[in-house]
Amino acid sequence: MNIPRNEILALGAGLAGAAVLALLPLVTEGFWLSIGVNIMLYAVMCTAWALFSGPTHLVSLASAAFFGVGTYAVAIFIDVLPFPVLILIAIAAGTVLALLVGLATLRLSGVYFVIFTLGLAELIGQIVTWVQTNFGGAIGLYVFTDFTETHLYWMLLALTVVVFITGWLVNRSRLGLALRIIGNDEAVARHVGVNTARARIILFAISGSFIAVAGAIMAPRYSYITPDAAFNPMTSFMVVIMPMLGGTRRLWGPLVGVVPFTLIMDFISSNFPNQTAVIVGIAFLAIVYVLPDGVTGWLETMFHRRRSTENGPLAKTAEEVK
Amino acid sequence: MLRRSFNVLMLSAGLALASLSAAIAEEPVRIGVSASKTGPLSGGAAGVLWPNIKLWVDKVNKAGGLKVGDRKRPIEIVEYDDKSTPEEAVKNIQRLATQDKVDLIIPPYSTGLNLATAPLIAKYGYPQIVSTGNANDLDKFVKRWPNTFWLLGPAQGIADGIVGTLKDLHDAGKIGNKVAVVNVSDAFGLEMIKTGKPALKQSGFDIVYESSYPLGNQDLAPVIAGAKAANADAFVAYSYPPDSFALTEQAQLQKFDPKAFFVSVGGNLDAYGKRFGAASNGILIMGGVNASDPVFQAYRKEHLQATGQEADWWASPVAYASLEILQQAVERVGSLDKKALNKEIQTGTFKTVIGDIHFEDNINNNNWTVGQWSDGVVHGVRATGNLQGAQPPVLKPAWPGN
Amino acid sequence: MQILLTGLLLGGTYTLIALGLTLQYGVARIMNLANGETLVAACFVTFWLYTGLGINPLLGLLVIGPGAFVVNWLIYAWLMQPLVKRAKNRGMLEVDSILATFGLLFLFQGLMLLVFGGDYFNYEFLAQPFTIMGNSFGLNRVVAFVAAAVIAVALYVFLYRTDRGTAVRAVAVDPRAARLVAIDVRKTAAFAFALGGAITACAGTLLSTFYTFNTSMGVVFTMKALIIVIMGGVGDIRGAVLAALVLGMTETAVASLLDPGLTLAANYALFILVLLFRPQGIFGKRPA
Repeated sequence: MNIPRNEILALGAGLAGAAVLALLPLVTEGFWLSIGVNIMLYAVMCTAWALFSGPTHLVSLASAAFFGVGTYAVAIFIDVLPFPVLILIAIAAGTVLALLVGLATLRLSGVYFVIFTLGLAELIGQIVTWVQTNFGGAIGLYVFTDFTETHLYWMLLALTVVVFITGWLVNRSRLGLALRIIGNDEAVARHVGVNTARARIILFAISGSFIAVAGAIMAPRYSYITPDAAFNPMTSFMVVIMPMLGGTRRLWGPLVGVVPFTLIMDFISSNFPNQTAVIVGIAFLAIVYVLPDGVTGWLETMFHRRRSTENGPLAKTAEEVK
Repeated sequence: MLRRSFNVLMLSAGLALASLSAAIAEEPVRIGVSASKTGPLSGGAAGVLWPNIKLWVDKVNKAGGLKVGDRKRPIEIVEYDDKSTPEEAVKNIQRLATQDKVDLIIPPYSTGLNLATAPLIAKYGYPQIVSTGNANDLDKFVKRWPNTFWLLGPAQGIADGIVGTLKDLHDAGKIGNKVAVVNVSDAFGLEMIKTGKPALKQSGFDIVYESSYPLGNQDLAPVIAGAKAANADAFVAYSYPPDSFALTEQAQLQKFDPKAFFVSVGGNLDAYGKRFGAASNGILIMGGVNASDPVFQAYRKEHLQATGQEADWWASPVAYASLEILQQAVERVGSLDKKALNKEIQTGTFKTVIGDIHFEDNINNNNWTVGQWSDGVVHGVRATGNLQGAQPPVLKPAWPGN
Repeated sequence: MQILLTGLLLGGTYTLIALGLTLQYGVARIMNLANGETLVAACFVTFWLYTGLGINPLLGLLVIGPGAFVVNWLIYAWLMQPLVKRAKNRGMLEVDSILATFGLLFLFQGLMLLVFGGDYFNYEFLAQPFTIMGNSFGLNRVVAFVAAAVIAVALYVFLYRTDRGTAVRAVAVDPRAARLVAIDVRKTAAFAFALGGAITACAGTLLSTFYTFNTSMGVVFTMKALIIVIMGGVGDIRGAVLAALVLGMTETAVASLLDPGLTLAANYALFILVLLFRPQGIFGKRPA
């Protein structure tokens, strides 16, 4: 196996970073851990989202559907099955849902795909509500566990690591290559013999099942699961916006979006509880106008600029020597 | 002349300094609030929870502050918006408990968010006096988190109230036994219908029409048309504010004129009475108050003065009562020790705007369950436990102008 | 019959909401997520005009429509134009405009929250029964429907019978080709965006006569509008009208015949079916 050296370095650095992050609960178990849980949650979901939507340029708003399915997998069976089994159920449910959606949306692209996935998430939420109303009796399900924030944090951190490794493997595989070709031009991809349908569906399933697991892990934190909380469309929007802020061209792009976004949002909502919406809105507009390519894009241009200035004088002297 | 005004100036400066130093001397009691300012729950929170917090804090601070032991300390509110989501709510509670290290916490608005934040609030030991939520199986919940207190009592009691009122009317031969029952399909509506429907059947009512509709749906003409087609003698809606208004308006428009017409959350708003004017006479609502109680009347006046908006006829005084309970518990315990506060709230009896409150196993079992509009005022017509002042329900007159 | 009429009345309101968005998205290429906030803002202004100054909501339309036109023109000129200029292709503009209008959504919501608070609002206007073929409906709904129909017809005449309108349609179909026939694309796009905003605001004014509203409700309408616009085919007026009416009818039929709990589910199911079988919308043409 020939893995480029810089990727091994990145892998090592990533694992080391994760190991350091795993120590967070030992330092604090209060507010910062809560923030940590939120950051990890979105790190998982956004990275998983970008696995599919990054290379294919198909913006999926179905994250809430996967999240909700995972949450409900736990809520329904929590009293009868052990938690690890529930995670497996969440994976299975997420995969099945993704396969169905993937098949249904094969012909869709662009904004049609966006709106379809949005409608789908809403549809599933509505159906769950209706089923529960008519057959379940109560709308909410209690989820009582002995998990603390620390446990949730560790589980999400582990999941983040798995998502990153998966993403890395996918990028190196033929599947990743196929997707990038699809993203550039689906017709071309088909011409050069890429099985576009298979590639799209497989990756959508991988991405969806990760989000479902994230939902499953978060269920104990809600303790009372209702469809409007589990299938909150805001989740889908957040999962799209943070990677867009970070940039989706790199595997670590979404993460670069998630961390500052969560912290900034939190700073605003804690310091301006009554003007949160106004300030978030302004901050958002500012980001769009100041950072058009996301944080990674900005970092890359900065990097290139520095390089070119470094090279600049040298090049000049070379010219002069001539 | 000049000298005199200089003296006055010095004097007032001295006074200001004195009062300032007094304020510095008394360290404020920091109370944390995390509730909805944006999102779908903000409508309810803005009508019920936030104004009462403002009223209470203003009132206590004007009287010199919250009495802790032998000192009076001003109240300082630390407030956050939970954006109507559990994640934010949980994070806010964490922040209040570990970053702001507040002395007390006023819990969020709505059943869902109270249930979601309960484990955390319990972890840090704060008393959680819930004034804006209730659920079935509360006894189970309370056993797990004994620091939660439920002012509205279990959902059963509230949902069954209207059934009892209808049964009384039916037994007196005033209405028939055909009932149409509808509910909004969210946590609240479902908890209500879950107990309300069997109770109706048990009381011998014939459910001729039933349906549910999604939260936020205001196009309810088909619902009223269905109830009208079924010739219902009584109409029961476990509804929320926008749909309570829409159902009432549709019933009027479609000339659906049952002898008993009941709406839930929203019917208790002062705006409801203003909106429907004379047509609101005889409409039954969820909740209610003892409108002839001078304590309540005084509270309504204060509420309007302090917040610029009218208190409603059910939830506002309950929300205010939860704060009064907190205040009295602190005064009696003489400190901000959470364990002692929890114990006091569990065992004590508190004087509030909704009467004397005593929790039995953390649940308040004395609640208004049905009220009735009459000339712009709601009178409680039915209560659980031993609340006094209920008036006999009357039949709804025909919609005016029909 | 009652189902049909109720559905029709409902569809009338939806039509206006969707027409606003289809102009903004179909012509100006701005996927305006803050569309619902424009609508709610109009509800509040109408409420304030009516209860505060005693101005009839229908007269209010004459103030609110032009007002919204100006505000939306400014929004386009200041906030959207830079995005349009820097976008290399349509996809980029779509992403940028989603992000930017998402920010606007918060901004508008926050401003309304500061001014009006989060409480529910409504007022009584023409809440009298009105009988059509033996069924009684709210007069306010009937009036709103008629007003919506008038606005929709006026818009149709404008788009299909005037030069300016033809220019707007040309930009919707192909901005590059439109430029070749000497249409000022930038100006036309700004005009369409502003017109879309004005129509959305009119929808809000009409809606407020029979709806209870609060600050946070905008998103619901944005979603409905999105569904209708996509169903009808982006930028297609006739498609949007048809889709809106179909949606109104379906909702009412499902509520009356099946179960009101399934109305939203039926909405989305219908929408997904349309997308599956006619991904280009009811009237839309397959992208080349």
